[in-house]
Amino acid sequence: MTAYAKPLPTLEGLNGQFFAWCKQGELRFQRCEECGTWRHVPREMCAECGSMKWDWQRSSGRGRIFTWTVTAMPLHPAFKDATPYAPVVVEMDEGVRVVSEVVDCKPDDLAIDMPVEVVFDAVTPEVTLPKFRRA
Amino acid sequence: MSSAFSLKDRACIVGVGQTEFSRPKGVGKSSLVLQLEAASAALADAGLTHKDVDGIMPFPNLGTAEELAANLGVENLRFATTLQMGGAAPVASLAVAAMAVSSGAADCVLIPAGWNGYSGRRARDTITEQTSSIPGGAIARDFYMPYGLGAPPQWYSLMARRHMHEFGTKPEQLGAVAVAMRKHAQLNPAAVMHGKPMTMADYLASPMVTAPYRLFDCCLETDGAAAIVVMSAERAKDRAKRPVYIMGGASGRPYPADDITNRRDIFETGLTIAAPEAFAMADIRPRDVHFAEIYDCFTFEVVQQLEETGFCPRGEGGAFVEGGRIEVGGALPVNTHGGLLSEAHVLGASHIVEAVRQLRGEAGARQLSRADIGVVTGWGDFGDGSIAILRR
Repeated sequence: MTAYAKPLPTLEGLNGQFFAWCKQGELRFQRCEECGTWRHVPREMCAECGSMKWDWQRSSGRGRIFTWTVTAMPLHPAFKDATPYAPVVVEMDEGVRVVSEVVDCKPDDLAIDMPVEVVFDAVTPEVTLPKFRRA
Repeated sequence: MSSAFSLKDRACIVGVGQTEFSRPKGVGKSSLVLQLEAASAALADAGLTHKDVDGIMPFPNLGTAEELAANLGVENLRFATTLQMGGAAPVASLAVAAMAVSSGAADCVLIPAGWNGYSGRRARDTITEQTSSIPGGAIARDFYMPYGLGAPPQWYSLMARRHMHEFGTKPEQLGAVAVAMRKHAQLNPAAVMHGKPMTMADYLASPMVTAPYRLFDCCLETDGAAAIVVMSAERAKDRAKRPVYIMGGASGRPYPADDITNRRDIFETGLTIAAPEAFAMADIRPRDVHFAEIYDCFTFEVVQQLEETGFCPRGEGGAFVEGGRIEVGGALPVNTHGGLLSEAHVLGASHIVEAVRQLRGEAGARQLSRADIGVVTGWGDFGDGSIAILRR
């Protein structure tokens, strides 16, 4: 079995906590305890109210395609054999956006506002990446 | 904006220089050598010597002020700073250099930029090689790279697709930018694409790199350098060439700057914030501008920057670039040298050089008949932006 060759997150700090939840099969984002604002990517402080109090709240896991690109030429050696592939930006029901991919949709079939829901892909024993499927 | 102190017209560009632009096979001249050559040319252009320099503003990650100063023999380095804005740095440096020379913090500021963008590390490897090299590096490493979203054309194409969805912007409109840049390169012997004309049919037939960006939507990767020298308006009067005045300048960052996907406004860039400030400083409006050298990393970014600068309303940039409006002879010529798309990728510094040549009347076959006021923009990282308004 060939080793997973694509880039992996480093699992440190707040980013590491995000991926620790993913490893448990849960998509969670930070939510400010004072004003309730959701945020992603992980940050130390609430940009809306300035509070440093937050916790990891579970996302509905549902969202819509906001935009994407279809990469036809390999721009990174690890993705040489993956082209054409489509990194997408999903806007979650909570309002935050995540970069990901849609596992059951060909790049040419993607559409703005297409509803999707999260799935989890344990790409290595240490790392689980959140991905999406049509909803 | 009202203020007792205005930066308008207090500083000038007194010298510009550039190296040959090339795509060498094998190892090319080093980034340092290229920058020193361009610096020497700019200082000679100004009628100055290396010893006259007392301020240096290097480009991010392409050498330190200390190394440049040691090589140039700058013994009295009083002012040195790097603006961490990627390709937006050279243009952003103009206003900061103007602040330095206006206040007396420096008398002669050198702004060099150059690299082996072809024979060495290429722009597409920015994140791959060193995630600390740009402010959003760690975010890209953990949240973009695992999905293969690692290179500039991929990041910006996310905005382009959304723009096409919201405003109906068409591939042919992006093509109009590519065709105009290539047309201008035919008038510029220094351009890498000089002698290589391109039609709209050629553009549409070019292979897709990362949709909607085709090969000819993407800027060149080249080796080369350019340099700019700034002094106060007072000191500029004694220099070799007629000075070019910095009427206005500003820079800005989108929000949040380090994550291109969670933007409050997906089309807002640093330029959105900087342009009104620069025009207020210059006390003019976009319609007063005769030409624009716009940081054309990709064709769509020209459409976007024309909108965000205020040359046309948001969403109308596609129509604005059609019909020859942005070509030499049109109402607002853009990138009269061919730009990053068809002259060379010199990190935005060559756009400043071209603006100065137009304003001085030195642009040869591509000289505009009306070139009294010009705009130069810079773009970097995930959409940091800068703008300078220059006049003869």
